[in-house]
Amino acid sequence: MTSSTDLDTFRDEARQWLQDNFPASLKDNRPQGIAGFGTKFTGDAKLWQERLGGKGWSTPTWPAEYGGGGLSPEAAGVLSEEMKAMGAFNHIGGFGIMMFGPTLLDVATEEQKMRYLPPIIRGDIHWCQGYSEPGAGSDLASLQSFAEDKGDHFLINGSKIWTSGALEADWMYGVFRTNRDNKYEGISFITLDMKSEGVEVKPILLISGQSPFNEVFFTDVVVPKENLIGEKNKGWAIGKHLLLHERQGIAGGGGAGGSTFDLEHAAREYIGMDGDTLADGVMRERIARQKMKANSFALTARRFNDEAAVHGPSAAIGILKVAWAKMNQDREELMIELMGNRGLGWEGDGFNREELQHVRTWLRSKANSIEGGSNEVNLNLVAKRVLGLKGY
Amino acid sequence: MTILNEEQTMLQDQARTWVREQAPVSRFRTMRDKHSDISFEQETWGAICELGWGGILIPEQYGGSGLGYRTFGVVLEETGRGLTASPLFASALVGASALLLGASEDMKRAWLPRIAAGSSVVTLAVDEGSHHAPERIALSATVSGDSVTLNGRKSLVLEGIAADALIVAARTSGEVGDKNGISLFLVETNAPGLERIKLSTADARGYADIQFNDVVISTDAALAEIDGGFELLDAVLDCARAGLAAEMMGTGSEAFDRTLDYLKNRVQFGQAIGSFQALGHRAASHFMELELARSCVEAALDAIDDSQADMSQLCSLAKCQMGECLHDMTNDMIQIHGGIGMTDEFDAGFFLKRARACETMFGNQSFHRQRYISNFGI
Repeated sequence: MTSSTDLDTFRDEARQWLQDNFPASLKDNRPQGIAGFGTKFTGDAKLWQERLGGKGWSTPTWPAEYGGGGLSPEAAGVLSEEMKAMGAFNHIGGFGIMMFGPTLLDVATEEQKMRYLPPIIRGDIHWCQGYSEPGAGSDLASLQSFAEDKGDHFLINGSKIWTSGALEADWMYGVFRTNRDNKYEGISFITLDMKSEGVEVKPILLISGQSPFNEVFFTDVVVPKENLIGEKNKGWAIGKHLLLHERQGIAGGGGAGGSTFDLEHAAREYIGMDGDTLADGVMRERIARQKMKANSFALTARRFNDEAAVHGPSAAIGILKVAWAKMNQDREELMIELMGNRGLGWEGDGFNREELQHVRTWLRSKANSIEGGSNEVNLNLVAKRVLGLKGY
Repeated sequence: MTILNEEQTMLQDQARTWVREQAPVSRFRTMRDKHSDISFEQETWGAICELGWGGILIPEQYGGSGLGYRTFGVVLEETGRGLTASPLFASALVGASALLLGASEDMKRAWLPRIAAGSSVVTLAVDEGSHHAPERIALSATVSGDSVTLNGRKSLVLEGIAADALIVAARTSGEVGDKNGISLFLVETNAPGLERIKLSTADARGYADIQFNDVVISTDAALAEIDGGFELLDAVLDCARAGLAAEMMGTGSEAFDRTLDYLKNRVQFGQAIGSFQALGHRAASHFMELELARSCVEAALDAIDDSQADMSQLCSLAKCQMGECLHDMTNDMIQIHGGIGMTDEFDAGFFLKRARACETMFGNQSFHRQRYISNFGI
């Protein structure tokens, strides 16, 4: 806990630093994209990335010795308030900040932390995650991509699938088989340079018409031994631990976002009003249900985050992932239904930009209950680890 | 604050232990089987008052401890677990809230210390029809000089038989459905012309219909302005909704815990039935819904304590989400227990009946959905 006097002092310092360093041209004018997830900024956006990352305030609570902000959660809250007040933003993010970095802080050697964390904090490296394989989805531990121990290096052969952002990524962290005789005790957690010879990335076209995911093929890829995180054959625990951070990240970010074109706006436009209330009473009730669910989710995400700050990520977070997926999918379904036949557009001038966007968002949302652990897997995990039921 | 402070954690431990040892569900069963008019045991209520819970909301100057709604919620959650029968919620939360928010200094001095000590029970009489509809007050109050004459009927007043005084929502002007023209009065239940009719309900909680036949009181008995009581009524109802939601959270959590125990211990086909995914996933889903609803209830109680601008919206959210979750949980409690769940000898039926009564009290899910969405311009 930081005392309130300290917090007041910090608030003044933070405000001053932001005044001196945040480029005026960017005030309330956030550029598209995320450094560390596919975007290479230029001009003032790049300058702000350098300053924010250099100060460590892209990751305010990470330890200062690795380049983080070294702030208490309370001080980080103050910083976030001050940034908001000034129209500033944190445009450094991606898998390095959400998942790989927090996992390194929990499990890596001092040397590895010094090597990997500073560029993550600066947003210089775009990390992708090599987990799923064609034959290893919900049963992730059945993965077969093999990292053969060649003494001074690993030789990797196999493939990964559903890899987000792999096309633009600089590096991959992932789980690879290092022992074929032991399912769980035969997996290692390894990083690799995506520019290595023998790495090939192929985008996957989805039902939404977009390609956020890829297949990644490895053919005799040489990876230095020092890229092993943790011990050889002990990577499964690290891989699982990282997923807790992934679900925590969903909890943290899931309440936010969403366009200003919300359900009530769509209802007014496509259904119309009868006096003070929506002309369709059944739809009105369904919108109420949806908005109340979203409200309860946002409150729960906040509560779980507060609890995680005290106790660390909990297995109960799996439940929040399921709730998030359901909330998102129900919302997109309701949106399309509210839009009627205007919710069928694919491309061209017959539909406006918002309408076309909603169709794509609706289709994309179908992955929410599959990615990051399917609903069924998460329910299994909660049944087993939180509720203590046998057989999962 | 989403996390309990030290004082609240201690109170939680105290309440949990007391309910487990002194007022478990078996005690509720004993009370039910006695068919008493007040529908609680004086011994239980006396013990609660000795613990000081009657004064949790009431400031020290009136004999309470002034700890607030979130703290009261911690206790109500535990009494909700035990289905503990007592006027704690109706009097020390709802009655006390009405007096704290709207009573004159004299009235506060007269009644709050007695509520805190448990020597008087004060409850709210609002609804008249089959559904919660606070603006549809018809009970007439005719003001003449400094006296007021009440005529009409209130239905399903919680702890109406035990009550020493009622906070009565009455119509002093306007038409049924108008928010203007509603006034609140404190009426002692021994007033001539006031008749109480004990109701026997499925949940076996204490309710009464109250008939007012030319009941004459003084204008000094008014809380807030004559004709301008709706805002106060709505604020009191919000406190009641959040408090009741806290109690329902305890009832839902207990229903869940008992069902989970059964899933672990009931063996069929040579294995615990909880190992079947069809049941394990349902348990995990109920766990999820309880966690989501809990956040709403805690946020609503905090919002009252902090006088947040969105307090009313959060209270509707809490009552609705907790109601939905408790509804489904109690249905599934019966289904998962199978035949034994259908027997009176087993407790599951108590949870189901209590759930439905709580759902309808102070607005059911449908009422609160309508109230919530009206904030969004549709």
